[in-house]
Amino acid sequence: MKISGAEIFVESLKREGVKHIFGYPGGVILNIFDLLYDDKDIQLILTRHEQGAVHAADGYARSTGRPGVVLVTSGPGATNTITGIATASMDSIPLVVFSGQVPTMLIGNDAFQEADIVGISRPCTKYNFLAKDVKDIAKIVRESFHIASTGRPGPVLIDLPKDVTSAKAEFIWPEIKIRSYNPTYEGNRWMISQAAHLIAKSRKALIIAGGGVVLSGAARELKELAEITELPVTMTLMGLGSFPGSNKLSLGMPGMHGTYYANKAIQDSDLLIAIGMRFDDRVTGKLDAFAPNAKIIHIDIDPTSIKKNVRVDIPIVGDVKRVLTVLNRILKEEIKEQWGEVRKAWLRQIEIWKQERPMTYTYSDEVIKPQFVVEKIYELTKGDAIISTEVGQNQMWAAQFYKFDKPRMWLTSGGLGTMGYGFPAAIGAQISHPNKLVIDIAGDGSIQMNIQELATAVINKLPVKVAILNNRYLGMVRQWQELFFGERYSHTHLEVVPDFVKLAEAYGAIGLRATKPSEVEPVLKEAFKIKKTVFMDFVVHWKEKVFPMVPAGAPIDQMLFEEVKEKPEKKLKAVK
Amino acid sequence: MRHTISLLVENKFGVLSRIAGLFSGRGYNIESLSVGETIDPQISTMTIVTSGDDKIIEQINKQLNKLIDVIKVIDMTELAHVEREMVLIKVAPRQEDKAEVLRLTEIFRGRVLDSSKTTYTIEVTGDEKKIEALVELLKPFGIKEFVRTGKIAMGREGIRKT
Repeated sequence: MKISGAEIFVESLKREGVKHIFGYPGGVILNIFDLLYDDKDIQLILTRHEQGAVHAADGYARSTGRPGVVLVTSGPGATNTITGIATASMDSIPLVVFSGQVPTMLIGNDAFQEADIVGISRPCTKYNFLAKDVKDIAKIVRESFHIASTGRPGPVLIDLPKDVTSAKAEFIWPEIKIRSYNPTYEGNRWMISQAAHLIAKSRKALIIAGGGVVLSGAARELKELAEITELPVTMTLMGLGSFPGSNKLSLGMPGMHGTYYANKAIQDSDLLIAIGMRFDDRVTGKLDAFAPNAKIIHIDIDPTSIKKNVRVDIPIVGDVKRVLTVLNRILKEEIKEQWGEVRKAWLRQIEIWKQERPMTYTYSDEVIKPQFVVEKIYELTKGDAIISTEVGQNQMWAAQFYKFDKPRMWLTSGGLGTMGYGFPAAIGAQISHPNKLVIDIAGDGSIQMNIQELATAVINKLPVKVAILNNRYLGMVRQWQELFFGERYSHTHLEVVPDFVKLAEAYGAIGLRATKPSEVEPVLKEAFKIKKTVFMDFVVHWKEKVFPMVPAGAPIDQMLFEEVKEKPEKKLKAVK
Repeated sequence: MRHTISLLVENKFGVLSRIAGLFSGRGYNIESLSVGETIDPQISTMTIVTSGDDKIIEQINKQLNKLIDVIKVIDMTELAHVEREMVLIKVAPRQEDKAEVLRLTEIFRGRVLDSSKTTYTIEVTGDEKKIEALVELLKPFGIKEFVRTGKIAMGREGIRKT
């Protein structure tokens, strides 16, 4: 029996196990929206902007490991997805984005709401398709899910012209065969063996774990590696949660806003074991001065990430989980090294650095310090919450002062640095984890970029919590202006910031505010009790900066720290 | 250093743009590019001439390999291979120079495809050096038009590059 392209499409999504789609309707995609109107298996979450839909699908994907699905219309609907797609692309997040397109006979004619979205999205997708024939729809859907979620994951876009979704064909669920796409999963055994021997010989080795560990589901294998080798682990921004942040071997985050001890350890190490990370410039600082004495083992599924920025002594292309499984076995069964005093001396040195410069900030009784809010969130949730962030100071404070013990609990735009990411991402995570506490740690600038998604959260009865660290500035840019531009705050003072409490209420959500440190805990406790969307407006110290900081282009051990006060106020150490 | 990279790709719309976009998006230069179907109409070959240091060339090869539509990447520079390109040159010699132009064409094993009262259109195939040598020799006679295909390359069987 022949069925319409739209029906083939919906049936294909069901075969892929799709339960939720994030989207926004429009003229040329109505064939599909009409079918979803009374579908019992697939729920469409209507966002208020297509960018919100993509970030929500992205948060859904990061928190579950399954591809997020987006459905939007042509032209502006499609172009509005680009920031979200680029965000997912930079962080290797599996997304499948379907855009409507004008009928095939009108393509190229500058028709109403026509955009060459296949052309526009090409540089920021892993792959994209234009479905030209109704008979290809099932195959394209199947291939797109396969491509998005295998190898190095990434976003795939499929453009669906209106006449193709209304044309009819038999439904055939095809086998996947893409001759030119064969990701390498098994690492080269000889290289892994070489790596094991190098680890055995090293005296001051260090593991750097990236987002690839999370994507590959290799947190257990990473922990085992650290335990077998007795080595410290630093996690990149994307790698937070891949290794327990509260573990004694954890050094927190390296790089520009990383810990003093992680950066010192990198610079002093004789071997870096880089796993599922790509040596981003925010991690390496000045490349020529990065880890000058270290040999580098680099494990990554994407060969283009290896030797792109730094020299590598042992490149291992493969899936992190499989490579680590083999590496751990060799270390345990063939090498059986007991490091004893060698490791103790190295860990002792790291402990000295930890004592020298722990992660701290100056506490105040008068004004709320943003780090204090993050610490309190960690303390009250005991780390058992999904945390998303916006981008800027809020993101860095969350990364520094919240300890992530498990993977997929940390959602942040690492590569692209997309303001407006956190709130819709939290919505996506809450959809997939209805009973979990989901908190977006936001800035007053960033939250205004996708604040319209309050409606999405409220209408879907999502108890998402948004903690706004409100300093009335684009804080991170202001920090740069203060440090490097002679305090000329060109256009970073937002002056008019909405009353977030009233704004939340206007949408039917709950708004709470804290202006004094003593109000922080009560506000958080109250918010966590409420089973509704809550905005918390924390009016924080406007001049607070993110420290430590490595100025852009400097070696990572040349860090700036908080200035020492003449009368030191009470120092509060980060919550253990 | 200059590299000649040969690609086997799916013969689909958008593939050329994907490959060209990879080069432009990463700031790599394409010196020449030629593309055509193979015996199997579902597959095309592309020959790209590009240049860069070892690190850039390694990245180009890896990035090309990563593209979903790319079936095979061969850096011909590392292999014994034959390469050719074709040019069409329209020359407008003075009456007294015509014989010399024809003689040069013959020496370079070119062919005259068209002649008019004032011009000869000459076809030449060969490697880059040969073509450049002929162009230099013909320049003084007045080149009116010049079209070049870009390089195509093929590995040589059973011969290792020394």
